[in-house]
Order: sequence, then C-alpha cells, then structure tokens
Amino acid sequence: MKLKQLTPLMVATGLTAMSGFAQAAELEVTVQNLTRGIYFTPILITAHSPDQQLFNVGEAASTELQAMAEGGDISGLETAVDAVSADTVANPAGGLLMPTAATTTTLSTMDGNTALSIVAMMLPTNDGFIGLNSWMIPEEPGTYTVYINAYDAGTEANDEIRGGGAPGAPGLPVPPPLEDLVGTGGSGVTSEITNATVHIHPGNLGDNDTEAGMSDIANTVQRWLNPVAMVTVTVSE
Amino acid sequence: MVIQKRFGLSLLVLSCLGLSACDFNDNDGAPAPAPTPPADVSYSYEVTVQNLTQGQPLSPVGVALHGDAVMWEVGMSASAALEVLAEGGDNSDFTAAEGVMASASGAGPIAPGSSETITVTVVNEPDMFISVATMLVNTNDAFAGITGHALGELEVNQSMTMVLPVLDAGTEANSEVAGTIPGPADGGEGYNADRDDADLVSFHPGVVSGEDGLTMSVLTAAHRFDNPAVKLTITRVE
Repeated sequence: MKLKQLTPLMVATGLTAMSGFAQAAELEVTVQNLTRGIYFTPILITAHSPDQQLFNVGEAASTELQAMAEGGDISGLETAVDAVSADTVANPAGGLLMPTAATTTTLSTMDGNTALSIVAMMLPTNDGFIGLNSWMIPEEPGTYTVYINAYDAGTEANDEIRGGGAPGAPGLPVPPPLEDLVGTGGSGVTSEITNATVHIHPGNLGDNDTEAGMSDIANTVQRWLNPVAMVTVTVSE
Repeated sequence: MVIQKRFGLSLLVLSCLGLSACDFNDNDGAPAPAPTPPADVSYSYEVTVQNLTQGQPLSPVGVALHGDAVMWEVGMSASAALEVLAEGGDNSDFTAAEGVMASASGAGPIAPGSSETITVTVVNEPDMFISVATMLVNTNDAFAGITGHALGELEVNQSMTMVLPVLDAGTEANSEVAGTIPGPADGGEGYNADRDDADLVSFHPGVVSGEDGLTMSVLTAAHRFDNPAVKLTITRVE
C-alpha cells in the first residue's frame, strides 16, 4: 500500500522537475573568434528543443547546413529553426567576425527551447564551420564557457582555391575584406570528398606562394588548431 | 559527516567559553598586556607544469601571484613583458610586472614529456590570482599559460589541474625562418622589439614546418604540436 502511494508522488515530483528544467530563460551569449587568421561569416545562434539538431557528426549535412558551410548563407537554417519555434539571433556581429574579435547578444528562450546551437562558416575554407551542437542550457543562473571546434560539412572538396560560395560550386568564396588575404593561381589541393558526412575539419593545408602552388590559403596565418571559438553563456536569475 | 560537523561546532563553542573566561580574569584593574599581532599566515602553492608536446621544449616557467587582473587577453595587444617571454623565453620582466606580489621561476627548460614543480608563497594574502606562462621555444612567439586564475577557494592540500592550449603572442610573424627562433631547432634570435604580426594575442595556428610546405621554415614535423600542449596542476600546500 505504501509503495503504491509513493510511486505516483515520485512521478509527480519528476514531472515538476522536468517542467522547471524546460522553463524560459534570459541568456547573454558571446562568441569569440580565437583564431590567428580565420574569419567567421554571419553567425546563427539558436535555442531549440533538444530533439532538434542543426548537424550531427557522422551524418550527411542538410542542404541548409551546406549553404551555410560553403557560402556563409544562414537564411535556410534560419527558416528551418523558425519552423520549429526556436529562439534565434541571426548575424549578431553584423557581417564577418574578425580573428580574435567577439560579439555579444541576448537571447530570450521560450519554454522547451533548452538546447543551444551555434554555427558559422570559417573563411577561407571550402566548407569549414564552427559548430556548437545542442548544448544543454544550464538551469542554474551563472556564466558558462564552452570551447568549440571546427567541422567540415563534407559537402565540398577542400581544394583551397578561389571559387564560389553557392552550394555545389567548387572553391572558396572570397568576399571583399579577404580579397588581399587570399592568394591566386593555386592548382588545387584535392578534388575529392573522402568523407561525405559532417566531421572534424582536418585543417587547412595552405602554402607560402600567393600566386601559385597548390593552395590559395596562407599556411602561416590561415590555419588553426582546435578550439576555434569560445562561447560564453550567462544565464540570468 | 554529520558527526564531524557537530564535533567541530562543540569545539568552537568550548574555545569561545575559554576566551571569555580569560577576558573576565583580565578585568581586575591591572594594565592589559599589549595585544599580540595575529601570526602571519603563509599561502604556498606548488605549480607543476608538464610538457605534453613531442618536440617543443618549454622555456623556464614564470609564475606570478597578483590581484584580480589578467596579464594578457585573447584579442588584446601583448604587453612588452609577455612579448619578451613569448619571443625569447625570458620570464624576468613577466614575473617582475607591476602588481605582482610574489613570483617564482622554473630552474630551466622543460623537455617534452618532463615536468617541473615550482613553489610560490605569499604571506597574509588569502585571495590571490595566479598567472603562469612559458614559451614553446621552437617557435617564433608561441606560449602557453593561464592568467588571472583565482586561488582564494583553494584549501590546503587541494589542487586543480587543467590542460592548456597554445597561444600566439601576435608580436612576431610565424615565419619559422632561420635566425628567428631561439630554441635548439634554430638557435636564432629571441626577443626583438619589432612587432610585425597581428599585434593581438590569439590561439596559435600551429607550426607548419618545411616538411609541410613552408619552404623557408627551419622546423620539421618533429616540432609540430596540437592542443593541449601543457598540463598544469596547482596545489595549495600551506
């Protein structure tokens, strides 16, 4: 008898705890570019339900993720997260986030949107991006720091030479601020995609010949070691 | 746990009683003895630095205790003292920087795989912050460290361990050219007051080496590294 009475009580307590966990929150989110010479294209910061994901390591990228990773276009991902009632900030830096620069934004999350994801393309790369994948937003007020890594969308060969940013177009998009920072005349590092799923980026190879060689990327500056970005999240009372 | 707490509480109560008894006895008209100043309290920390790289000796480690401040920040220009450390492995300006209240230096370079323990002590300062820095000597200006890390919460015999990424002081281009690297890979120049790089501290992009296409580099694959490069343990011993 006592056991039976206890069980519904425990379930009820569990439910209360869960609904508390899923409550709305006020967040301040800072994304800092830690790299020596990589630029981040417009950043997408989104809080969503934990059963949604922008990408998964080992799985093929969505077409929306591909558009972000190859050309920095976050509009498709924005539409997709809006459709699942996510709370989103698009492009908080108002364009490119320079090496070592930081951008801060606030984000009010609705009940249930307890997972935080952040993506942005890395330039110059073919389809490299910074990725925070469904990080659970802590319930307890405080400041939390997360270091995030560089991923390869697996949708474009890392030829490392000038080209386009449209999905499927080979080569690196080179927007005006990078015009003088990216070389020309490279023969192309590779034309093969050896892993067509999202994976940790192998890094840029680059070379030290700005007018020829294999790559249009500068090897002493436009490389990186993980992590590539620091995310600081402050959860308000 | 509960028993220990109660025992501690009763001891505390007893000692209070003892003290008030003493005070009472002193109040008999005789001049009170001059109050003895509280005994000095030393706060001593053992800083153990282990080199996790395959081919980057670490320069003698600089350890500094100071107030709530940082000695560098990603995205900011490096101080002259940090530049001297990161380009040439000389920690003397770093450990003597303004605001440093206690400092210590490692005895010598730390070889790959090896570690060294350095002790630093401060008196009557329970809420210090620590900065630790060391150069990866076979680079132009790579260093690893922590800065402005709070020690106030650390109890005696408690320790904290962290692994550190490699940072780029941003004060010297990562050319890897002969004559620009002070470590044994080159035996070149260390500190140079010129700043010919981004002039911003960042995470390090890694060394390229001649074997990976940087034709002018004196480095080889043996000098490459990835994060983390250093393991750091801080233990409060007093």
